[in-house]
Amino acid sequence: MSEAVSALSGAIFEGFATVTDTGLRGMITVRGDLASKDMGAAIKAAIDADVPAQRRVTAGNGGKVAWMSPDELLVVVDYATVLDTVAKLNAALSGSHTLVSNVSDARAVFEIRGAGCRDVLAKLAPVDLSQGVFAETEIRRTRIAQVPAAFWQTGTESFEVICFRSVAQYVFDVLRLSATKGGEIHHLG
Amino acid sequence: MSTRLATGGRLLNKAKQVTFSFNGKQLTGYEGDTLASALLANDQMLMGRSFKYHRPRGVVASGAEEPNALVNLGAGGKFEPNQRATTTELYDGLSATSQNHWPSLEFDVGVVNNYAARALPAGFYYKTFMAPAAAWKHVFEPIVRHSAGLGKAPKDRDADRYEHYYAFFDVVIVGGGVAGLQAAKAAGLAGATVLLMEQTAHWGGRAPVDGGEVDGVKVEDFIDATVTELEAMDNVTLRNRMMGAGVYDHGYLLGYERLTDHAPAVAGLRHRLWRIRAKQIVTATGAIERPLSFAGNDIPGVMLASAMRDYIVNFGTSSGDRVVVVANNDDAYRTAFTLKIHGLDVPVILDSRPNGGGPLADAAREQGFRVENGKAIAKVKGGKRVTGVEICNQAGEGAALEEIACDAVAMSGGWSPVVHLWSHCGGKLIWDESQAHFRPDPDRSPTSHDGKPFVVTAGSASGPLKLDDVLVDGQKAGEAAAQAAGFSVSAAEAPKGEVHEEAPLVPCWLMPQGAGPKLRMKAWLDYQNDVKVSDVRLAAQEGYESVEHTKRYTTLGMATDQGKLSNINGLAVLSDALGQPIPATGTTTFRPPYTPISMGSIAGEARDEVFQPLRRTPIHDWHEANGAFFEPVGQWRRPYCFPRGSESHADAVTREINQTRNSVGLLDASTLGKIIVKGPDAGKFLDMMYTNMMSTLKPGKCRYGLMCNENGFLMDDGVVARIDEDTFLCHTTTGGAERIHGWMEDWLQCEWWDWRVYTANVTEQYAQIAIVGPNARNLIEKLGGDMDVSEEALPFMAWKDGKIGAFDARAYRISFSGELSYEIAVPASQGRAFWDVVMELGKEFDIMPYGTEALHVMRAEKGFIMIGDETDGTVIPQDLNMQWAISKKKEDFLGKRAQLRDHMASTDRWKLAGFETLDGSVIPDGSYIVAKGSNANNQRNVQGRVTSTYYSPTLDRGIAMGLVHGGMNRLGDVVEFNKVDGSTVAARVVDPVFYDKDGEKQNV
Repeated sequence: MSEAVSALSGAIFEGFATVTDTGLRGMITVRGDLASKDMGAAIKAAIDADVPAQRRVTAGNGGKVAWMSPDELLVVVDYATVLDTVAKLNAALSGSHTLVSNVSDARAVFEIRGAGCRDVLAKLAPVDLSQGVFAETEIRRTRIAQVPAAFWQTGTESFEVICFRSVAQYVFDVLRLSATKGGEIHHLG
Repeated sequence: MSTRLATGGRLLNKAKQVTFSFNGKQLTGYEGDTLASALLANDQMLMGRSFKYHRPRGVVASGAEEPNALVNLGAGGKFEPNQRATTTELYDGLSATSQNHWPSLEFDVGVVNNYAARALPAGFYYKTFMAPAAAWKHVFEPIVRHSAGLGKAPKDRDADRYEHYYAFFDVVIVGGGVAGLQAAKAAGLAGATVLLMEQTAHWGGRAPVDGGEVDGVKVEDFIDATVTELEAMDNVTLRNRMMGAGVYDHGYLLGYERLTDHAPAVAGLRHRLWRIRAKQIVTATGAIERPLSFAGNDIPGVMLASAMRDYIVNFGTSSGDRVVVVANNDDAYRTAFTLKIHGLDVPVILDSRPNGGGPLADAAREQGFRVENGKAIAKVKGGKRVTGVEICNQAGEGAALEEIACDAVAMSGGWSPVVHLWSHCGGKLIWDESQAHFRPDPDRSPTSHDGKPFVVTAGSASGPLKLDDVLVDGQKAGEAAAQAAGFSVSAAEAPKGEVHEEAPLVPCWLMPQGAGPKLRMKAWLDYQNDVKVSDVRLAAQEGYESVEHTKRYTTLGMATDQGKLSNINGLAVLSDALGQPIPATGTTTFRPPYTPISMGSIAGEARDEVFQPLRRTPIHDWHEANGAFFEPVGQWRRPYCFPRGSESHADAVTREINQTRNSVGLLDASTLGKIIVKGPDAGKFLDMMYTNMMSTLKPGKCRYGLMCNENGFLMDDGVVARIDEDTFLCHTTTGGAERIHGWMEDWLQCEWWDWRVYTANVTEQYAQIAIVGPNARNLIEKLGGDMDVSEEALPFMAWKDGKIGAFDARAYRISFSGELSYEIAVPASQGRAFWDVVMELGKEFDIMPYGTEALHVMRAEKGFIMIGDETDGTVIPQDLNMQWAISKKKEDFLGKRAQLRDHMASTDRWKLAGFETLDGSVIPDGSYIVAKGSNANNQRNVQGRVTSTYYSPTLDRGIAMGLVHGGMNRLGDVVEFNKVDGSTVAARVVDPVFYDKDGEKQNV
């Protein structure tokens, strides 16, 4: 295998919050009946996590699982282990009507870190990011300015944003503008 | 004259002088000034010219309602027209010019319109339309264009940046006066998250100017204490310099925050548009004083009484040395007192009420003011400045009783609540007889999705004008909003405001009451648009009864101030002319924004590099670095061609095609849509989506398919590969990926929800690179790996997984060029590496990339259709002779039934054929095939049109495809295509496959 590179090769911007291309991440789209025993067992077998409830993320061993829609999950693992995880999921789900697809290369992941990280996002996404409203275990599929995206918290002052690879530069640019010093709002923190 | 006073000026920092310029003149003011107050302090009362008559105009108000004092502000990328001097905070280096003047503010040629006012009556524009057409073009339009218009249009690109901000609150309060502050406190104490916004830089509204005490302390101190208290509350957010611009459905509202307008030299954003979701909205937007309609009420020096008070108290600036006060209410007496305290003369207070005022009037008399009851202004004397007034009886027709010299007039016609935000989303108004104004009807609020009110008003915006009532109403509104937002409220006592008894006002819509035509023609209602009492009366006389029609006919309230001063006076005059009560006339519609907001704030961050998302393939950077000329395809930029040095685009395309046809070329096809369709019913599903039979496709094989919408029209095409028994991969056009994925999901979710099929759009998972040309196989074999790409192992229309070089690849033997071709998909994150290796190892074959134009030409040479060229939403597959791709065995597919309709099945349709010009030239794009005669509109009849037309390097001549009546039955006919110069070019109808008709080149 040739060396794989993320869309922006680790680009970084330091403003009142820091925006970083975190590099490649293993991501697997899993579609199926989320309430089924097979699905629960497959997710358990793949990364030892529970099937998340609506708009929630569950953590497991070496990865996490995010709820994407009533019949879709996103399994997030290290890029290096994604093919193994796909194989495990396929094996566990072989008997049921499901779709498992590696989408790692179709995505970009950015981290927003710093005291103003919520405000950086709130300039671009129509989401209530207030402390205590946006839950620690929440994922939100929404938009970042003009493109589809999703994000979740990774700490009290950090978020991860995922978007399509083709718009990685656009998303990085709008996050960069949002986080530029002088644009602090000091509202959500 | 207007000047700076030694006293007053609570908002000024007199220690900090500020230099600015007006029409090139260097002037000074203080930090804390507005541009209007600083101009007044420099005796610059004349601030602009009116829109229609170019009459000299001075500032009339002190806030957002100002109609006259509009300026061109800034220069270059910071230039902005129509800025209100009254809301422009002064800063060092501010540069403003007045508007609507030519050649100068002092001397304006356009003022001749003023003397021709009889020729420009109400509905002037409309009346010109009734004149002969030539008169509009040659007479009226040049005149109107020359004299109309406010500020100049900016010429440079906006130098500033803007942004949006999404915010969520339980209660949002618009207006930081005492009512807003009290409401914020009440809602905040109840535990709601609260945003309190104030459009100016200061809290407290006009209470500090009007004075009084709250709970025994001066109102300023009460305001400071409340602000301090609110600042200490975690759940309360205070934002000044932020205007509530509009209220929309379901508690959505816009807050327009002006971050650096007061300090443009400071780095950072200029405006931020807050896009807010509120459970409850409180509009504490205050009230606006109404002018009085008397002759000459627009002469510079005639101002609102409250504004004059504001300039003295807030900015230490007088508007004149001798001020006549004229009013129909008690409040204006406060202006008289303020003037006197600061050492200015008030020769007379004219109270239009026959019985005069209440306790304030008595106090005025005690202090020695001359107060005249039942008196009015007959006319104001002066041109660019007030020089005096003629006074008369309000009850009469304007016979002058006395002339009084003065250099300013303070007028007050009563107060109207600012009901705009309340009304934006459907809040209704009631006419309050006692105060002669429309105020919000609390029983008919704007309602949300649940049918419950989501807006409450507070303070003067509800109607009450006195300090004590305002505080009580603010408290009530804050509690009501918090309660409606789901918080339990223990009702508290509002702080006690000082009570002043006031006598009721007496409505005064025309001064004097019996003013004749001459005076009415000089009594202005709408200053900015030059609408007078006479215009509104004329409109009524000409049959205009609806207030909305009258507004448009006269342009009353249609200027940038949207009639903040003129609306009520105008509709009162209309009501009078129509002989009906004011509530029967009603108001015009209030629409957002409250005052104009910048275009930049609406666009937000979307400018320059982030104006639009630009989608990039993994190879995009290589294309950029290697001189690609891009064309937009959807949101992607795809290389059109790769010109070398000074090579023309046409030459580059020719070179790329020749190289590909003769050796090997390379195409970045990553943008093509790739959708996985999986499940036991996937074959059945694709049989419905495509016109072809897909369920019979064998794993490992590919099939080209057509997709139609339910009306039978061709909407997309592409190659479908069957991956395994349950799984297909559908390729779509570049622009079709998201659309077709959505289309599939729509059918699966809404119509065939019980079919067991899942889809996934994996377009961006892969970099897909086409290696095309007779040497394609040689090159791939040279790349190495474990994949056997020989004809036997991987024949035309098959696909295979394996290693090509070091890359995990899937190779599809499909061809859009007619050559031996492999489309190779590798993971996107290795796409660039793969491209580089292919380029490197391809050197032996002179490999070069080709762009979309070469792709288009090569497919046209092969007679392959292109969605968007041969199709335009009105074309069915049968039109393109593609019956071969329409399964006759299938019971149904999307579009089948539509294609059976008479018109679709008709033999009379334009159908696809190829065209070769007799002279070898290229038919112009968009050309029609002309027919004999002309149609009812005198246009030449047509019998077809070109859909693709190119110079073919392979054939060294122009080739084309097009739709022609009769289609392939016309083979050999010579038809005429029209050209832009009016001539035509002759072309023979031929087979659209120009190159390698038997497919020998691709099938090797």
